[in-house]
Amino acid sequence: MLQDLTDAEQMALAQCRHAILGVQQPLSLDCGVDLGPYRVAYQTYGTLNADKTNAILVCHPLSCDQFVAERHPVTGKDGWWESLVGPGKVLDPARYFIICVNVLGHCMGSTGPLARDPATGQPWNLRFPVVTIGDMVRAQAALLDHLGIPDLFCVIGGSMGGMQVLEWAASYPRRVFSAVPIACAAHHSAQNIAFHEVGRQAIMADPEWKGGDYRLHQTVPARGLAVARMTAHITYLSEQALQRKFGRALQDRNALGFGFDADFQVESYLRHQGSTFVDRFDANSYLYITRAMDYFDLAGAHGGVLANAFRGSPTRFCLMSFTSDWLFPTRESREIVHALNAAAANVSFVEVASDKGHDAFLLDEPEMFRTLSGFLKGAAAVRGLRQAA
Amino acid sequence: MTAAIRVDLQLIADMVTPDTRALDVGCGDGALLAYLVDFKRVDARGMELSQAGVNACVASGLSVIQGDADADLRAYPDDAFDYVILSQTLQATREPREVLRQMLRVGKRAIVSFPNFAHWQVRLRMVFGGRMPQTTSLPYKWYDTPNIHLCSIDDFRALCHEMGVRIERAIVLNSKSRPIHMPPLLANVFGEQAVFMLRRD
Repeated sequence: MLQDLTDAEQMALAQCRHAILGVQQPLSLDCGVDLGPYRVAYQTYGTLNADKTNAILVCHPLSCDQFVAERHPVTGKDGWWESLVGPGKVLDPARYFIICVNVLGHCMGSTGPLARDPATGQPWNLRFPVVTIGDMVRAQAALLDHLGIPDLFCVIGGSMGGMQVLEWAASYPRRVFSAVPIACAAHHSAQNIAFHEVGRQAIMADPEWKGGDYRLHQTVPARGLAVARMTAHITYLSEQALQRKFGRALQDRNALGFGFDADFQVESYLRHQGSTFVDRFDANSYLYITRAMDYFDLAGAHGGVLANAFRGSPTRFCLMSFTSDWLFPTRESREIVHALNAAAANVSFVEVASDKGHDAFLLDEPEMFRTLSGFLKGAAAVRGLRQAA
Repeated sequence: MTAAIRVDLQLIADMVTPDTRALDVGCGDGALLAYLVDFKRVDARGMELSQAGVNACVASGLSVIQGDADADLRAYPDDAFDYVILSQTLQATREPREVLRQMLRVGKRAIVSFPNFAHWQVRLRMVFGGRMPQTTSLPYKWYDTPNIHLCSIDDFRALCHEMGVRIERAIVLNSKSRPIHMPPLLANVFGEQAVFMLRRD
């Protein structure tokens, strides 16, 4: 088999579908390695119509997975985008066939560093080839071929999901009728790479990490991964949101403790975020996925001119950003809009006023829902897709 | 979708040939865009400064981005559209001449509507009232007006001449928004607003 499944992966695969791809035709990764066979775990909601015109691909961000709109098999929590996907929601399974694919390199059932190298029979761990956003998207395209879905009515995603949307539109313009990249950028900024590097160094500095071979030693670099998550989590929130939620409030005490326990609620909150993340995420996967985001540079891949990525694109675009998002600020979305204009592409752009920071795209943001609903209605009319009342 | 839109917008819409490409700069709530899409099958895009306006447009299925005429026309390639439309916005731009130039670069034709600052009511209020004029088409006080580059119909004609821009059509509306047919000298007195269709010469 491809890998010795972790408990989390077994639970994940029991609750979703998967395909073994790359048997005849391995996946040519950007790093030069041919990967195959490889497993792709995915979840679907709704039914593909007879014309195969109602498929929507949801691309998940770094710390989410294919369980978009249902109880998570490992954490037991609600789906990460249930505000958007589900009966009566903007992405309604009664109308659309919704697919979400666990990205390559991740740890919820798709092939990543947890898998075995077929050449040696040993776990890849850090010997797993570094994958890119482009590789993830090519694996998703291979899955669509496997499922016999010629093209997508819409590709949508936020953050790293948004990067995949942009990659889809650039690499497969004829397969993407409409594209909704939310709270993302055409490349990872120096600041974003810097935060990721802090997270990776925290993992690699954990003595339990063992050069990536921790499963062999039956250890878990839990502290390192938790610190990585804590750092990243700060970048997902706005200063106002943190202040409003916690201020300087103390945790379970009336006075400062004059020590290094979690005196403040914000510390306790971050520690909780860190420790629960370890239960559902693999440390090596975290290294690989953050690397894929760092390497993303759509203009760089098109001669340094972002507009070249979209020349002659028939895709209808709708970009969204949030006013308080400092991880992927509005100006980075606007850069994409300008490039799309320069390519004379069909583009809408909305900046949503929210003080919830980068995380806003995962939260209840009525303006985002209204925008998306109107955009999809317009796109469906052009596509000739029947809209349920 | 209702077919009733403002008279000046209707005049602009009537100038647009069906099945073409148009960019409406300062598209507001998208009334003209929606009309062009629904009744003339135009591939119509919009640009709007106010975020509330943009969001309303996109939520009703129109292709609109947040942007401003002074800064964002530059991103578009030459001849991207058959028409670039600017209704009641030219007087609020920082560099009207450059905006006009960009419009005629991006579009094969430009359609521009603006309030006439030489309308008789404006003249009367200024000359006899001694105060900055407030009229139905210029409803602002001097201290809160977005209109920083007001002009008369004759001023606009002069600018077109200077820029070597051909005026294909000019429609002058009176204060009841009805087209009036007068020689230019009188039109510059009795016209409250004007709609021009321009083309690079």
